[in-house]
Amino acid sequence: MKKTVKLDKDTKYTKIQELTYELKVSNVMTNKVVTVTPGKTIYELRELFRTNRISGTPVVDKGKLIGIISIEDFIKCLAQGEMHTLISEKMTKRVKTLYADEPIIHAVRKFDQYGIGRFPVIEREGGKLVGIITKGDIIKGLLKKLEIEYHQEEIHRYRASHIFEDIIADSTSLILKYNIVGKDFNKAGECASGLKKTFYRLGIQPDIVRRAAIATYEAEMNIVVFTEGGRLTVSVEPQQIKIEADDSGPGIPDIKQAMQPGFSTASEWVRELGFGAGMGLPNIKNCTDKINIESKVGKGTHLETIIYLNNNA
Amino acid sequence: MTLKEIKKILKAEVIIGEDYLSMEVKMGCASDLMSDVLAYAKPDALLLTGLTNSQVIRTAEIVDIRAVCFIRGKKPDERTIKLAIEKNIVLLTTQMPMFESCGRLYKNGLASRLVKHK
Repeated sequence: MKKTVKLDKDTKYTKIQELTYELKVSNVMTNKVVTVTPGKTIYELRELFRTNRISGTPVVDKGKLIGIISIEDFIKCLAQGEMHTLISEKMTKRVKTLYADEPIIHAVRKFDQYGIGRFPVIEREGGKLVGIITKGDIIKGLLKKLEIEYHQEEIHRYRASHIFEDIIADSTSLILKYNIVGKDFNKAGECASGLKKTFYRLGIQPDIVRRAAIATYEAEMNIVVFTEGGRLTVSVEPQQIKIEADDSGPGIPDIKQAMQPGFSTASEWVRELGFGAGMGLPNIKNCTDKINIESKVGKGTHLETIIYLNNNA
Repeated sequence: MTLKEIKKILKAEVIIGEDYLSMEVKMGCASDLMSDVLAYAKPDALLLTGLTNSQVIRTAEIVDIRAVCFIRGKKPDERTIKLAIEKNIVLLTTQMPMFESCGRLYKNGLASRLVKHK
């Protein structure tokens, strides 16, 4: 699903969820906090709010956060003709705060929970006021981060997909090597997964990426199921992709038989995992343009397949 | 057909991916044999299966399947769910058996098509 890392609607949503855990309050908050002292009057807030274009501010006394006052408090005072009362009398005293090192998901939840517009941000140690955060700050912070990541991915993709044009040589081949751990079913498929991502970055056509990924996955499965481990070597050239799988496992006694759909020597536990029905090698053959298997019983197997990149060839 | 409709038709429960239910699937594919899924499934299909191990997710990832529905009330283990989250694959589970699940989806218009890769 994350095939292209392009930010389509679905991906963006989870990316944002991910970022809300990754980003800290300190990454998105406003550092320069406008504060007031409790001895000022409500009337004086007017100028402060107007010039700074803000709608609320922490009340600080001798460096200590003692309350918060917002434009709503201001309006209430205006309605009741209490413009000259002191801020200390009208402010909210029990201030809800956030720590600078909390992930912004905490901030998102607190905004939901309390329905207020802003939280002063304090240091966990010492409680010093270091910033203020609004929903707007969170949105801005997320968008900025998304943009940066999107740019980086675009640059990666651009560089990767132009690699062959940038290299001057009589022939170019990009070799990717993967180690496959035998009998480890939880890791099985990781090589194919990594390869798929890499191929997309290289700008290879989606249907070819798919065929290569399926062939690699089946080859990887064979190595995991039947051997103690092996190697996958993928050579990407301008005209073709060559996938080689090598192992020092038991070997295949009769390759022709092994290529028959449905022929299998896999044990029951492999079948329980959804494989071992004798479709592996036939699947690889169907997905690739050329296949060659060399195997010696007791020595190991060498599987070589080629997928042509230029379909007209 | 959207996952939301599928959820309704199969009376399914969402294991993960509640936010993706507006996603559209183009065809259905039902198998416990992952090699067959690799050979025949189309991208953006819904996979119905009785298997619950992590290879289901790997297979789905390789062939661009974005949603898997487990049948007969089966639920995958923690590791499989974690892998599905990582790979952005929606997981559903229905109490219905495979035959009934397929029948209901087919009757409601979900397509089935065999496609070879070459």
